[in-house]
Amino acid sequence: MTTTANLASRLEGLLGAHRVVVAAESELLDYAVDGIVPAAIVRPNSAAEAAEVVRFALAEKLAVIPTGSRSKLGLGMPSARYDISLDMTGLHEIAHYDAGDLTLSVDAGMPLRQLATVLTEKGQFLPLSVPCYETTTVGGTLASGIDSILRNQYGTTRDFLIGAEFVDGKGALCKSGGRVVKNVTGYDLHKLLVGSLGTLAIITRLNFRTFTLPHAYGGHLASFSGLDGASAYRIAIEHSGLPLANLETLSPVMLALVARVLSKIHPENALPLNPANWCVYASYEGNEAVVPRIARDLQKLSSDATAVSSEILDPDSDAHLRGLFREAFDWLRWASPAVALFRIVLPQSKASDLANLLRFANESSLRNATLLRATGVTYLAFIGEIDDESTLRSLESVSRRIFSLAAASRGHATLLHAPLKLKSSVNVWGPKPADFAMMQRVKDSFDPQHIFAPGRFVGGI
Amino acid sequence: MTASLLRELNSLLGPSNVLHKIEDLVLYEYDGSVEKARPDIVVFPHTTEDVSRVVKLAVKYNVPIVGRGSGTGLSGGALARGGGIILVFARMNRILELDLENARAVVQPGVVNLDITRAVEHAGLYFAPDPSSQKSCTIGGNVAENAGGPHTLANGVTVNHVTALELVLPDGEIVRVGSKHGDAPGYDLCGLFVGSEGTLALVTEITVRLTRKAESVKTLLAIFDAVDDASTTVSEITARGITPAACEMVDGWTLCAIEDYIHAGFPRDSAAILLIEVEGLREAVTAQAEAVEDVCRVHHAREVRIAKDDRERDLLWKGRKNAFGALGRLAPSNYVLDGVIPRSKLPQALRQILLIGKKYGFSVGNIFHAGDGNLHPIVLYDPRDAMQFENAIAASHEIIKYCVELGGALTGEHGVGMEKNELMSLLFSDADFDLMRRVHDAFNPDSSLNPGKVFPLSKGCGEIRVRKQTTTPPAQV
Repeated sequence: MTTTANLASRLEGLLGAHRVVVAAESELLDYAVDGIVPAAIVRPNSAAEAAEVVRFALAEKLAVIPTGSRSKLGLGMPSARYDISLDMTGLHEIAHYDAGDLTLSVDAGMPLRQLATVLTEKGQFLPLSVPCYETTTVGGTLASGIDSILRNQYGTTRDFLIGAEFVDGKGALCKSGGRVVKNVTGYDLHKLLVGSLGTLAIITRLNFRTFTLPHAYGGHLASFSGLDGASAYRIAIEHSGLPLANLETLSPVMLALVARVLSKIHPENALPLNPANWCVYASYEGNEAVVPRIARDLQKLSSDATAVSSEILDPDSDAHLRGLFREAFDWLRWASPAVALFRIVLPQSKASDLANLLRFANESSLRNATLLRATGVTYLAFIGEIDDESTLRSLESVSRRIFSLAAASRGHATLLHAPLKLKSSVNVWGPKPADFAMMQRVKDSFDPQHIFAPGRFVGGI
Repeated sequence: MTASLLRELNSLLGPSNVLHKIEDLVLYEYDGSVEKARPDIVVFPHTTEDVSRVVKLAVKYNVPIVGRGSGTGLSGGALARGGGIILVFARMNRILELDLENARAVVQPGVVNLDITRAVEHAGLYFAPDPSSQKSCTIGGNVAENAGGPHTLANGVTVNHVTALELVLPDGEIVRVGSKHGDAPGYDLCGLFVGSEGTLALVTEITVRLTRKAESVKTLLAIFDAVDDASTTVSEITARGITPAACEMVDGWTLCAIEDYIHAGFPRDSAAILLIEVEGLREAVTAQAEAVEDVCRVHHAREVRIAKDDRERDLLWKGRKNAFGALGRLAPSNYVLDGVIPRSKLPQALRQILLIGKKYGFSVGNIFHAGDGNLHPIVLYDPRDAMQFENAIAASHEIIKYCVELGGALTGEHGVGMEKNELMSLLFSDADFDLMRRVHDAFNPDSSLNPGKVFPLSKGCGEIRVRKQTTTPPAQV
């Protein structure tokens, strides 16, 4: 291990003093991951420079965590070692954009918001409608694996990621895939980077297929006296084949949280949200004929499912709710000082499994809120009112139970957010998956010396 | 090949599941590509355990092993380049589970692609990837090659529809990756294994996502008097953001061959046709069909027909999907390429392909997934003429190089196999190969599984070696 002073001069020798921060304590704190403060922040402004830093780290046996806007650094387990924060925001160009081909190649550090502005000018977009949207980078979004609210319609990131460039754990600049929408040339290594939390490689550039902005948007809100009605409605929607961009089912507590956040951000919005009910929000898009058609069908399906209210939203309210659900991860994790936010995947049809889970949640002493997202993903937040030992013990106990309930249903659960103290007794990834040994082989191939965020990923990878 | 390996295989699987006589083996020395390589033994496992045991025997006798489905592949992926054992999945062809409520099917690798759709269509579901060979190709082969098809433009290729796999590793270990309902925490191993061309593991069970049939479908046939007009139409459909379910192009020369064979109703006097399908909600389909028709007319389509019923639609697709068979009537052999280019470059690419064909003295047919930019130039040649064969290969390589120059790739859906592995250096650097090789070695360290595929043998990838050559070189048909 190098001393701090030595580290400073070596890194400055590599990239120049202006791109290295070693001593400024306050700035280093901003780059802390799960309470661990790096010894240095390095800000490369090219892929070649990032590779140089990786080779340096490799030679010095230093651990590196790549960072972007640092909006989701709390994902995963605390890293076993963390010496250098590789701040990738200096790589922020659009390398290639062929709007006529609907393909894009963009640097990892490009803010998603800024990219959207460029794409909008051509009437296009990337279906990455993700939390922390105003600040997050393209690379960070991909590496975090965080859900886009548009995945029901457009698939997950792996479905429209067509290639990548990255620095592997040997410090070499590598690529896979390409810039065409269909391609089976070589191994699809870029798919492995999705959700890898910086544990495989330093992403420097990503290639995507882009999509055309829809002509019109619509939103619909229906409420039900219980989960049964809401579930029947969801199943009817599924069988109808209606192409929805997003479908969110909210428990009464979740609805109350939504109402609170909505009134804070948009105090003028008078959307009547009755927190005694379960509520289903559907959003959809298409041309001017498709949007009213879907609205009509949803009115009928919700009424058939005995909805207590059913409402086609005005464009403002719909836009507000879209934004709010996009940011659900963000406001849920800060709903109190001690939140355990689960992402649970269960078979979509197994209402009984979900009912079991919710029954257990309601039996616990902790306030909890449920958001059933489209495609079988459930966000379940346990909200401890104060950050004390007793809350921690309760969170620990519910966490263990949730992991085992999810496994018993042949599903799985991940803790997206947890108080740091909880991470010392609960692994946020749950039990090691059956294919863990295979993941280790992948890790060892990409990063043989384990210099990238060691310990942060599934099973201690 | 030692007699004792044969004895052990016979005792393990029974003699009816083991082939070793030359007259039997020659049936497995080719696939749909121009390559040839003869295996020493062919076996037909019935269970995952059979596969694992065969693999362990192969390890014991130090012989390579290659998985194979129906042998419809177009890159030599299922050929025993280094000799050894070919493991044919034809008898592992059961659909193990249909979970219609969750839109999943669990199938063995030998299940024929179309049979999945046939098993679930009563519930309004289907399996989206539809290679032209879907009546005979197997899902295991689709997974190995990450197969596409005409209708993958909107719905995605095989990898977008696979959520879990059971695998047998080269040491015989049986493992599972992914999860039935998707979204499992951890690395996207399904994303790695799908399309790895049988070089990392043998796939013994596949969980696929089923897709709900669209409410409405319209199939349009647009007829053009100039190839340029047809290709410009495709570029503009893409640029306007219209995403049809399929957008296929066939040039006039190929059309005549199809008509002689299928009688699908294609015009014999046109320069090119586009077969475009739009699907979705009725309101969306109506608007999309109108938009497509508009673009076609702007670019001088002589005629735009809309199939008036399922019969007419099926006939058009029959013509498209049997095109390669039709071309078999024109020349003893053909070399089907699979390059991909940015869709904005389609008109110039087609012009250049024609020129390259002329330079080498070939007629080059074009029938391809235009909407994806996935070209299938077809070079017709006579393999008995050594010079023609060499020229066919040279012309093909020049076309692929041109695709790469345009910002494209070597293969969109057929795979690299042993056909394009030496061209990989056009796209990948030594560092890229080094990483791919490390991933390869992490699963298949001795190259006992499907050796001599994907990686260029001539370029620092000696570890991905071919152990021995027991067969005639490809050119000597």
